[in-house]
Amino acid sequence: MAALARLQARLSGLREEYFRRKRSADEDRKIEYKAAVKIQSWFRGCRVRAYLRYLNRMVVFIQKWWRGYRSRRYFRKMVEIQKRWRGYYVRKYIHNYHALKKYLEAVSVNNEIVRNELQEYAEMKENEKKRKDLEQKEKEKKYQARKMHYLLSTEQIAGVYNSPFRKSPDPMELLLRKSKPLSHRRQQICPRPPTFSMPQALPPIGRQKPQGPFRDTAEVLQQRYKPVEPTLQVAASINSLLEKAREEMKWEEWRNRIHDNEFLPFSSYHKNEKYNPSIHRSGKYGQETYGVKHFREVQPKKWVADKDFQTVLPSIVLFEKFGKTYSRAGQIV
Amino acid sequence: MSQRQVLQVFEQYQRARTQFVQQVAELAARPQNVETLRNAGVISLLRPLLLDVAPNIQHTAALALGRLANYNDDLAEAVVKGDILPQLVCSLSEQNRFYKKAAAFVLRAVGKHSPQLAQAIVQCGALEMLVICLEDFDPGVKEAASWALGYIARHNEELSQAVVDAGAVPLLVLCIQEPEIALKRIAASTLSDISKHSPELAQTVVDAGAIAHLAQMILNPDAKLKCQVLSALSQIAKHSVDLAELVVEAEIFPVVLTCLKDSDDCVKKNGATLITEIAKHTPELSQLIVNAGGVAAVIDCIGSCRGTVRLPGIMMLGYVAVHSENLSMAVIVSKGIPPLCACLIEEHEDHIKAAAAWALGQIGRHTPEHARAVAVANVLPTLLAMYMDTHSSGDLQMKTKKALKNILQKCTYLPALEPLLHDAPPNIMKHIIGQFSKVLPHDSKARRLFVTTGGLKKVQEIKAEPGSLLQEYINTINNCYPEEIVRYYSPGYSEMLLERVENYHPVL
Repeated sequence: MAALARLQARLSGLREEYFRRKRSADEDRKIEYKAAVKIQSWFRGCRVRAYLRYLNRMVVFIQKWWRGYRSRRYFRKMVEIQKRWRGYYVRKYIHNYHALKKYLEAVSVNNEIVRNELQEYAEMKENEKKRKDLEQKEKEKKYQARKMHYLLSTEQIAGVYNSPFRKSPDPMELLLRKSKPLSHRRQQICPRPPTFSMPQALPPIGRQKPQGPFRDTAEVLQQRYKPVEPTLQVAASINSLLEKAREEMKWEEWRNRIHDNEFLPFSSYHKNEKYNPSIHRSGKYGQETYGVKHFREVQPKKWVADKDFQTVLPSIVLFEKFGKTYSRAGQIV
Repeated sequence: MSQRQVLQVFEQYQRARTQFVQQVAELAARPQNVETLRNAGVISLLRPLLLDVAPNIQHTAALALGRLANYNDDLAEAVVKGDILPQLVCSLSEQNRFYKKAAAFVLRAVGKHSPQLAQAIVQCGALEMLVICLEDFDPGVKEAASWALGYIARHNEELSQAVVDAGAVPLLVLCIQEPEIALKRIAASTLSDISKHSPELAQTVVDAGAIAHLAQMILNPDAKLKCQVLSALSQIAKHSVDLAELVVEAEIFPVVLTCLKDSDDCVKKNGATLITEIAKHTPELSQLIVNAGGVAAVIDCIGSCRGTVRLPGIMMLGYVAVHSENLSMAVIVSKGIPPLCACLIEEHEDHIKAAAAWALGQIGRHTPEHARAVAVANVLPTLLAMYMDTHSSGDLQMKTKKALKNILQKCTYLPALEPLLHDAPPNIMKHIIGQFSKVLPHDSKARRLFVTTGGLKKVQEIKAEPGSLLQEYINTINNCYPEEIVRYYSPGYSEMLLERVENYHPVL
């Protein structure tokens, strides 16, 4: 009850309060409403934009992938071509299997040939060696037979190699019959010990002095083997010094000359000399005039300009007088 | 009368001197007398006789001195210290040929013992005199002089350079062209000694035009001459590619191959050395040799010889195989592997075995084809045995290990790898198992064989650290088989089964 009474007292105030609050709310309502709408619309716009961006990215991704795929087909074709080319190249040039096989076969064939040849060579050498040994033995036997020729059997006495109990004589016996007896001279061929040379023979020792009015041996030898001493006349001729000096001068002059033809004084000596033209200027029909008489090209078609060239430089006066100063005899034609 | 008596005294003295010097020379020829002679002071007695009036005494004295110095290096040093060399050198120019020969013999005998003695000879100006002797008319004198020069040049590079500076090389090349065989031999050996030290010296010899004459002399039938000529050419060719090409251009192939069939061992060895020195420089030179059939000749040579004569041939095969796989295949095609295996097994010397192992490794390391060819020859167990053998030298062990590794890394021929599984040490086992793990996943027949031969059992017994390469390989192999089989073969499986039997409660 008391609460109700209190509440009723406050009622007018509450009514005021209620009204005031409603009013303030109402005043802000529009603004708040508009603000809310704005915020919401902005947020929705954000969401949509995000979605659009996402879609855009997806589309770009798909397009990217598709384009890449399309172009990789070309790439794949190129790779295929390169793959085939590389395989071919390696197999043909770098590691050619068949060529390698052929080469190895050729190597083994060659080896066989070489082995056969070497075998033949070795056999040949063996045979040669055997032959040499055999020959050596034969020689030995023959030499022995020649030395022991006295063992040959005679009519009366049978020799050592011709025993009467044998059916036929020993081969040595036959050899003895064939061989010529060795003479003593051959046995003296033994290697001489190295003799020491004595060029200066000393005089004989202790020989009896020959009887008679002979000179001493040493004096005789000295006189006999005296070296020759030429006399002064023989050693030097009369003109020797002068001759030598003349020779010297002659050679020196010859050495210092430019050429051996004499210098002839007047032009009359050179009158009949034949002129040798130089190779540079000789053409088919005589001397070329190009380069001396004129400097223009012979064929007119090759000319640069129609007119003749003009000399730009003035002529030198002094040179005009050349050959004309003293007489007209030196006129140049 | 009195004059004759005076002359008689001199004649007696001369006779005594001649007798003394001749007897000393004869005694010096026997080694047992040399010590006695030395203690009797023979060198100081012989020294004035070198300047004797009579020339025969002079050169007999020189001969005696040469024989004494030849015997050992103490005497040679005594000769040098006794100031004999300058006297020899001074009187060398005006004497006759016997004296020159004897003096050159003394120089040779002194110079051959050590570089210091040879240096002493060079310092007393003997080289110019020897070179003048080389121009002499008599071939004996030339031979003695070039022998002395050869022994001097043999020791080291400076002495060789001194010999070359004295102008000996053109004269030696002229000596080679002389008709006497002994002179040719000695001149060739001297050129070989000069050119062996350095490329510049070899180039000097080549510039004098030696190669053409040496190449012609390969055809000569004398064995010792061929030996020296081949040695000279190989010393020239070994230094650089250009020199080797020059030697090849002298058209020695295929003539050199006939030297490999000679009956003399020295000729075979030097011929093989020459081919080796040429083959080792570039693949093109090796190709040339293969095309000329050199590989076949060398292989035959290896097959027919025994001992150190084989060594250059083995190395030649190795060098050819190193350059490229085509050349290696050419060696295989020429049936090169059986002789190499024979070498490996038969030879007693470790260095020859090491060379054979190296050559096999080089042949087999290029591709699986090559490794298969080597493995088929059943050589891998031999290599492994040599690697594990404690008596092998360190060099042999290292080479066999490398060869095994190289071959195993490419070998896919499983029957050859099987026997190795049982004995191999861990570092080799890694490669073997690796190869198995590469081949087994793809080949079912091989898998079956692997199981039946007991390989899988062996693999299970291997203990490997988890995470190591070996463990990965083992896992790969185990994954090729069903689990029961793997468990069946794992060690201790029988115990495990028995345990299960024990713990099993029978279902009644």
